[in-house]
Amino acid sequence: MGERAFTETTQTSKPGLALPVDETGAPLIVHTSDLTKAYGDFVAVDRLNFSVREGDIFGLLGPNGAGKTTTILMLLGLTEPTAGTMRVCGFNSTRDPLNVKRIVGYLPENVGFYEELTGRENLQYTARLNGIPAQEAERRIESSLAQVGMLEAADKKAGQFSRGMRQRLGIADVLLKNPRLVILDEPTLGLDPDGVNQLLDLIVRMSRQQKITVMLSSHQLHQVQQICDRVGIFVKGRMVAEGNIEELWKQTLKGRRLIIEVQAVPQGQQTVTALQGIEGVEAVERSGEMLLLSCNRDVRDKIAKAVGDAGAALLHLRLLEHGLEDIYFKYFREG
Amino acid sequence: MHGLSAVFEKEFRDHCGSRRFMILFALICLAGLSAVYVAAQSIRSDLSSDSSTEFVFLKLFTSSSGVLPPFLAFISFLGPLVGLALGFDAINSEKNSGTLSRLLSQPLFRDSVINGKFLAGLATIALMLASIMLVISGLGLKLIGVPPSLDEMVRLIAFLLITIVYVAFWMAVSILLSVLFRQAATSALAGMALWIFFAFFMPMIAGIIANVVVPMNADPDTLTLLRHENVSQMASRISPTTLFQEATVTVLTPGIRTLGPVLVRDVIGMIPSPLSVTQSLLVVWPHMVGLVALTLICFAASYTKFLREEIRA
Repeated sequence: MGERAFTETTQTSKPGLALPVDETGAPLIVHTSDLTKAYGDFVAVDRLNFSVREGDIFGLLGPNGAGKTTTILMLLGLTEPTAGTMRVCGFNSTRDPLNVKRIVGYLPENVGFYEELTGRENLQYTARLNGIPAQEAERRIESSLAQVGMLEAADKKAGQFSRGMRQRLGIADVLLKNPRLVILDEPTLGLDPDGVNQLLDLIVRMSRQQKITVMLSSHQLHQVQQICDRVGIFVKGRMVAEGNIEELWKQTLKGRRLIIEVQAVPQGQQTVTALQGIEGVEAVERSGEMLLLSCNRDVRDKIAKAVGDAGAALLHLRLLEHGLEDIYFKYFREG
Repeated sequence: MHGLSAVFEKEFRDHCGSRRFMILFALICLAGLSAVYVAAQSIRSDLSSDSSTEFVFLKLFTSSSGVLPPFLAFISFLGPLVGLALGFDAINSEKNSGTLSRLLSQPLFRDSVINGKFLAGLATIALMLASIMLVISGLGLKLIGVPPSLDEMVRLIAFLLITIVYVAFWMAVSILLSVLFRQAATSALAGMALWIFFAFFMPMIAGIIANVVVPMNADPDTLTLLRHENVSQMASRISPTTLFQEATVTVLTPGIRTLGPVLVRDVIGMIPSPLSVTQSLLVVWPHMVGLVALTLICFAASYTKFLREEIRA
């Protein structure tokens, strides 16, 4: 039945069944209800309900051992849930894993390639496993290698690749099947900061240019939050918060103190007094060349004006990133 | 089905291009060629005195001059090594290098992976043994100058098939071990241990079992002796190595009429003629069925274990 439904909808740009929609009418490419996975007494995923809207970059964030990988394996039909159901691209992953795997690309946490084969040969194998005809496969391999910037390195043995190259080759591998949804498990793990930025750029480009929905898991909130449209925070098998990162942040900061770092010239008493005069600022301290403002809300918009009014010039203004970690730790503790 | 054929093709290409395959191939080729050469030399000197050329071609594989063991002995020794080498890291190395989870996220049934690997190994074994048999038959033909009769050809083909099944059994064992153990080194060692056990210790253990079941006093009567011998033989047949040796010796030596103890009573009045191919095959039919069954059991066990396993990255 899945097979027939699959062919019926191939006229649309990306294959798949009609998707369920959320309350705003946005199509949901991933939708789970009460998804549970238990290993004996240990509940790895506990009645999980979440959805990913088509076209979004969704971040599944949580500490190690939160059940992120287990959730991903269930979505791909690689492991069976103990209870609950899910729909991925409209298919039931448990009953119809083959159709899910046909249109969902998965980059595992420790992606490996056959070391004795070249990068290109590895991709050719994937193409054959997906039943892509040889000519079409060559074309797709070229274009996906070009997209990840691996055209030159592709003819080297995969055993010689660095971790960053393996991740990029992994993305090329995933793009081959022309996926509708791409699931990346800890894609930035073990990369240097440069590598992380390159990879995140690549993910954003892939998502925007080819209209691919991306779901990525990570325990490094500050790395991935910049590219995620929505995030779900996942602790001990439960989704403790889900939504737009800005909203989550505001929620978290409610009732908390923020620290804003300011540097101005001249940084005399007059400037300090002006800063203290801003509504919401509770205290101003000196810390080396910087002034640290403790506030009960985000007052960055008012600082420039206050400094200017005091006859000084603003050199530096930064909200100390504690806020992001705060989101994380708040939910970790509560979870 | 494209999943199965893709896995099969990749694995087959990997096997044929791998160093371990080349080393084993060279080793068996060398052993086979030298064994047949030595055998041919002794056959030539024997032929001049005793002019019977009956089944002389088969003697290439079974006879030896005492300098080198016959080809049959080489293959029963090296065959398991080939089987173990082809399968000991089939699943666990893919698990450890992280290629398995990528492979399984492609649209193919999970059993295609293990079926494809098994079939590719089987094809490699068949290719390897068939080409070695052809090469050494060619050398033998050149050396003794007597072409094989139809009867001998059928026997050689039967020998080849039994050998393929025997090597495939060891490959099935090693694939099972590669599913069970996480480290490739562990599964290789476990495979070697099983091989040594069956090849060297099983005959001794069979003797011990026979002594326990049928105790022998200082002067045993014929019946006790016979029962002792039967128990010992049945016990040693638990080992696939014994099954293989009995089956191949019988197929390649038309003079062997029965396996196990023969009483003088049975021999009286017997015409010492060779058995026909079909009769020889009939004698070893249970052995062949046993070998195929053992192979299938090992494969089924690895199949079940692999399909139920959760593969995490």
